[in-house]
Amino acid sequence: MNQEPLVQIRDLNFSYDSRKILSGINLTIPRGKVVAIMGSSGCGKTTLLRLIGGQLKPSSGEVKVNGQVVHELSPEALYAMRRRTGMLFQFGALFTDMSVFDNVAFQMREHTDLPEELIHDLVMMKLHAVGLRGAHNLMPSELSGGMARRVALARSISLDPMLMMYDEPFAGLDPISLSIVGVLIRKLNDALGASSVVVTHDVQESLKIVDYIYFVSAGKIVAEGTADEIRQSKTPYVHQFVWGEADGPVPFHYPSVPYGDELMQAVN
Amino acid sequence: MTKLLANLGHQVTSRLWRLGFASRFFLAIFLYSGTSFRRLQLTLREVFFSGVMSLIIIMVSGLFVGMVLGLQGYDTLQRYGSAEALGILVALSLVRELGPVVAALLFASRAGSAITAEIGLMKATEQLSAMEMMAVNPIARVVAPRFWGGVISMPLLAALFSAMGIFGGYLVGVVLIGVDEGSFWSQMQATVDFREDIVNGIIKSFVFGVIVSWVAVFEGYDAEPTAEGVSGATTRTVVTSSLAILAADFVLTALMFRGV
Ligand SMILES: Nc1ncnc2c1ncn2[C@@H]1O[C@H](COP(=O)(O)OP(=O)(O)OP(=O)(O)O)[C@@H](O)[C@H]1O
Ligand SMILES: [Mg+2]
Repeated sequence: MNQEPLVQIRDLNFSYDSRKILSGINLTIPRGKVVAIMGSSGCGKTTLLRLIGGQLKPSSGEVKVNGQVVHELSPEALYAMRRRTGMLFQFGALFTDMSVFDNVAFQMREHTDLPEELIHDLVMMKLHAVGLRGAHNLMPSELSGGMARRVALARSISLDPMLMMYDEPFAGLDPISLSIVGVLIRKLNDALGASSVVVTHDVQESLKIVDYIYFVSAGKIVAEGTADEIRQSKTPYVHQFVWGEADGPVPFHYPSVPYGDELMQAVN
Repeated sequence: MTKLLANLGHQVTSRLWRLGFASRFFLAIFLYSGTSFRRLQLTLREVFFSGVMSLIIIMVSGLFVGMVLGLQGYDTLQRYGSAEALGILVALSLVRELGPVVAALLFASRAGSAITAEIGLMKATEQLSAMEMMAVNPIARVVAPRFWGGVISMPLLAALFSAMGIFGGYLVGVVLIGVDEGSFWSQMQATVDFREDIVNGIIKSFVFGVIVSWVAVFEGYDAEPTAEGVSGATTRTVVTSSLAILAADFVLTALMFRGV
């Protein structure tokens, strides 16, 4: 097997207009591994996934997937790469005009010439994996938030991708589905020989299933390590995150003028 | 004063930018139209949706417009003792003018706004983004079929509008008022010209179909991905395409019927 990591990110910088979102990110996703990216809300995790998928262009630095620099790919090559990646969107992004079955079958129908009977069997298999085989006739509007996310999960693995990106796969799931989805992410990764990135807030669940963890804060990587290293870590960032403390180095507020100043301004 | 000028300049340049985007988008639709025709069922589905959605409103409005034409036309014609010409008047007004124009205005507010809202919501809920990540081009898969669906439906709806209108004129003129049935139809047949009237009417409705569909898909695709963004885009679809239809109608009429 190719030893070069599947995803390599070097000195990545990204800004929306003039606001810097990511600065100097270095990150690797080795083949066959599950890597978690953690960080507080709004720190740029979804943005990072979009940069890996080539939906955004870095301001500087590069993202390499399978040896290719993503932002230099031609549209055809980019589409070829995307066929081999799956992405679970933070809010599911199911196609609302199609049934659950058609959502999961979408990529198979778009990208392959498989006969409809085979597609049927494959779709049922994927839905079975997320425990929603019985829901194949429902429309997305008839699903709960957690169910929709599981359908989206089934859809994102429909073509057995080499790289899986999960944006908050655990949000809105009950404890049972949560651990099932956790195990599923691990199993899928190992069965497909894929590599996965999981963006999540759920420290405990992800510590159980991932190989390596990066902590992002204010657009920078502030800590990294294997699950064991993270559990034992004394770094304040990591400690605050793992134990969910409100006070600490991780900022909870969107950057702004100090609250006191604003109150004073209102007075004046 | 300078502020006012700067504001005006900003307004003008941003409008021009948008027009530029819209034109490029128009070209992109053509570029990625292969899928719409290779997989015809995608387009036919949109014909069905936008066509069927507008069917009732088009038929009912056509009937009423025709009935009004029957009344007003009779009132005017009988003063000159030529009430039998009612058939001609009703048919020509509908086929040349009212059919294409009114059907297009109704189509814009019924189907055009729905197309904008649908595409805008797909954008706001990241469905277009997800599609892109699945290596499926949203312009080819979502936009182009809706565009062509609208372009195909429009002439059919305009024809239906005119047919219902003529029927309405017949109901009022012949059945209600008692204009001679034979001359109502025969004068209509003798006078309405296929090339001059019917084909020109079809050309108009085709052009209006392109305008409405283009505005609708562009506004949807360009909508700000929020609830207000989508509702604003929907309103703009109706306003912009209605104005564009009326302006285009004047231009087309001037070109077609000059000197006749
Ligand atoms: N389209 C956009 N235009 C401008 N700024 C944006 C845009 N999208 C996101 N941002 C900003 O970029 C920052 C990072 O957003 P991102 O969605 O990556 O956060 P996140 O880490 O995924 O947060 P969460 O955990 O809440 O999903 C946010 O502060 C947000 O305000
Ligand atoms: Mg996010």
